[in-house]
Amino acid sequence: MQLAVWTYEGPPHIGAMRVATAMLGLHYVLHAPQGDTYADLLFTMIERRGDRPPVTYTTFQARDLGGDTAELFKTAAREAFERFQPQAMIVGASCTAELIQDDPGGLARALGLPIPVVALELPSYQKKENWGAAETFYRLVRGLCAPPAPRAEGRTPSCNILGPTALGFRHRDDLREITDLLTRMGVAINVTAPLGATPADLARLGEADFNIVLYPEIAGPAAAWLTRAHAQPATKTIPIGLGATREFIAEVAGLAGLDAAPILAAETARSAWYSRSVDSNYLTGKRVFVFGDATHALAAARMATEELGFTLVGLGSYAREQARELRDAAKAHGIEATISDDYLAVEAAIQAAQPELILGTQMERHTAKRLGIPCAVISAPVHVQDYPARYSPQMGFEGANVLFDTWVHPLMMGLEEHLLGMFREDFEFHGEAAPSHLGAAAATATAAPTPPATLTWAAEAERELGKIPFFVRGKARRNTERYATEHGIGTITIEALYDAKAHFSR
Amino acid sequence: MRERGQREVFCGLTGIIWLHRKIQDAFFLVVGSRTCAHLMQSAAGVMIFAEPRFATAIMEERDLAGMTDANEELDRVVAQLLARRPDIRLLFLVGSCPSEVIKLDLSRAAQRLNATHAPGVRVLNYSGSGIETTFTQGEDACLAALVPEMRADPAPGLLVVGALAEVVEDQMRRLFAALGIGPVAFLPPRRAADLPGVGPGTRFLLAQPFLAETARLLEDRGARRLAAPFPLGAEGTTAWLRAAAEAWGIPAARFREVTTAGEQRARTAIARHRPLLAGRRITFFPDSQLEIPLARFLSRELDMQPVEIGTPYLHRQHLAEELALLAADAMLSEGGDVDRQLDRCRAARPDIVVCGLGLANPLEAEGFTTKWSIELVFTPIQGYDQAGDLAALFARPLDRRTRLMV
Repeated sequence: MQLAVWTYEGPPHIGAMRVATAMLGLHYVLHAPQGDTYADLLFTMIERRGDRPPVTYTTFQARDLGGDTAELFKTAAREAFERFQPQAMIVGASCTAELIQDDPGGLARALGLPIPVVALELPSYQKKENWGAAETFYRLVRGLCAPPAPRAEGRTPSCNILGPTALGFRHRDDLREITDLLTRMGVAINVTAPLGATPADLARLGEADFNIVLYPEIAGPAAAWLTRAHAQPATKTIPIGLGATREFIAEVAGLAGLDAAPILAAETARSAWYSRSVDSNYLTGKRVFVFGDATHALAAARMATEELGFTLVGLGSYAREQARELRDAAKAHGIEATISDDYLAVEAAIQAAQPELILGTQMERHTAKRLGIPCAVISAPVHVQDYPARYSPQMGFEGANVLFDTWVHPLMMGLEEHLLGMFREDFEFHGEAAPSHLGAAAATATAAPTPPATLTWAAEAERELGKIPFFVRGKARRNTERYATEHGIGTITIEALYDAKAHFSR
Repeated sequence: MRERGQREVFCGLTGIIWLHRKIQDAFFLVVGSRTCAHLMQSAAGVMIFAEPRFATAIMEERDLAGMTDANEELDRVVAQLLARRPDIRLLFLVGSCPSEVIKLDLSRAAQRLNATHAPGVRVLNYSGSGIETTFTQGEDACLAALVPEMRADPAPGLLVVGALAEVVEDQMRRLFAALGIGPVAFLPPRRAADLPGVGPGTRFLLAQPFLAETARLLEDRGARRLAAPFPLGAEGTTAWLRAAAEAWGIPAARFREVTTAGEQRARTAIARHRPLLAGRRITFFPDSQLEIPLARFLSRELDMQPVEIGTPYLHRQHLAEELALLAADAMLSEGGDVDRQLDRCRAARPDIVVCGLGLANPLEAEGFTTKWSIELVFTPIQGYDQAGDLAALFARPLDRRTRLMV
């Protein structure tokens, strides 16, 4: 057993949901107890989707465990097919259903549905979310991809873009950025998957010349299979950061038989000039701690050192699958990699490294807040604010611009904070001046304003006021005093407090 | 109408999110899978970062291999936890679907751990699994685990059952004191050591509609339930207080003297929202068992029209007073099949839909106005001085819809 409060990754069936929700015309029938539908709100709330995820849960309860859970599964699968009319279906079990050992694959086959049904085996007690997404995508590609078609000579080189899913960190905008880049290079996009693809699209994967792997955690196994079965090579470079984007362009040009020189000469990111401008001098040698999924952590470490001039004092990931790569990268900077899914171990590593900037997940954002260290988010898991309305890719040229701004911003705020501290007694920078987002140092409560001379607060009412959340307490105090003044009340009692609340409630 | 099929509801584990705020020296250790931990994290939102007093012992492959191993592992995890949190006095081992299915005996584990960690820490267990409990039923299961721990006390007294926000609890205390009803105790208490007594003299008021098992166990110990509607809105709060006043033989005049000001205040606050809400048609998807009392409040005090009132579970006896106040033609559905209920909702086109967060945005995208239901469990809504806030929760989404020009 592992004692956990925070988990960096969900169980593997969440990964399968991310693939199913990314696609169109695919439905997932998940054998799961009542309550597992909580996962829907990750998609509807955090990613703010306007559709329900295409998932039907069998919702078994204790009274069903006598033996008809298999029948429950068949009914759910049949009804889901009739209602949603998908082109293909995936079926599988969540952690509890794994224990009761119904066989979703076999049960679904027995229904004889007129569409492809892909059975998933997701070992919930060994594996996690990213593995579940990768396995699901691999099974779908294997199950649905048609035999390779002969490719016509002399036609435009084409590729598939593999990896973006629902609930992926900036997948939506990365995809747009890379699609635009490939189009400018003269490479045709055959299929993008899973995001936006249908099962019919997966059948056409073999028609492309090569594959772009945007997120190896998700698309790695599927791309490796396509290399074996369809002789499609796949890209290795992740285009996060300006240098990596340039290497990516060269790699794609090589696979497509194109000349990379024109586009490399024509395009760059503004971040390169910003980083050279004298204003950025103070960034030199800033101590940075990097943690996240392996892909984003490795890319961030490279950009931080090569393109912003930071010093890497910590590098790590919660993904044990890519531990070796991370260890090698850390060693190149003379440090030890932190490979752990225990946030307390990560926090300890951060404290030991004493960074001036943390690049991490939302967990590190909160650790940073507690330690009073500037921080920017570079990797999932992330909360709702990191599915922004604005265009904000991490990849490609615009991605490099976004990263420059995102990482430097908290440091500028840190500098502001420092100035406020230095000039605390200065008339412009006094202690009550604009609290910064870092909070830790500026958390001094605003002193209660003195009530008008004719008014007094009964001790009991004052205590009651204290129960009101701090962010509306001031308003409640002012309203109550205004009410008391208008109604000629001298001593504010609890009754008066609530009379005022009723008076102003709106 | 009773229905079953796919249900879009939380499991009882989510009760921990508010229960741990209430019992300040208790810790809730879920024995479950990564899914359970992920659920707690998703449900708790940013609360997860505030050193909360709950955690999950995530079962791994090797725990499933043999039972003895799992028990030893649990003992190790509990020792590790208590060493890190010496302030904990009450530890709940909370069962989940996986632990129930593999029949990990948490009551035996609790007994064993009690022997190890007594007298500093008391260890209890209950199940919050999805296969047995729906959302707020987790609180019922938790409080039911506390009932056998209550000392025997034959003296007369009033017990208010169900976790209420502290501000609401204090208001209720003042009202009962003014009425001359007492002694008054609350279950759950704010600290484990303050667990009230129970016995044949105990009269209890349910503050929440989802406490079937807790009520049954209290009755087994001789306590008697005072039948009443739930304290939502001016009318509900008055009726709820009156049930206690009658049991204590408080004269009607005295009762009116104490309650009139609060009731009037509540009516004033509610009236502000009537223009926006009166005549509006409302549908409830099943979630917390609060749906029927809420529909009663909204229909009687704000003139709204319930279209369909879904509830995960309907306790006819505890809700008898509520059902008597609902219009006879109100459509009640118990249990639920989410796809069929969505079909009915689309056909009926209510003005506002009360539903969980998994359905809210998709329904908004279809053009419905929604009120997400979980807020009704986390926000103080009971009693006179919250009645206006309660009405506002339903008015706000409608107000917003009229404001937005995009």
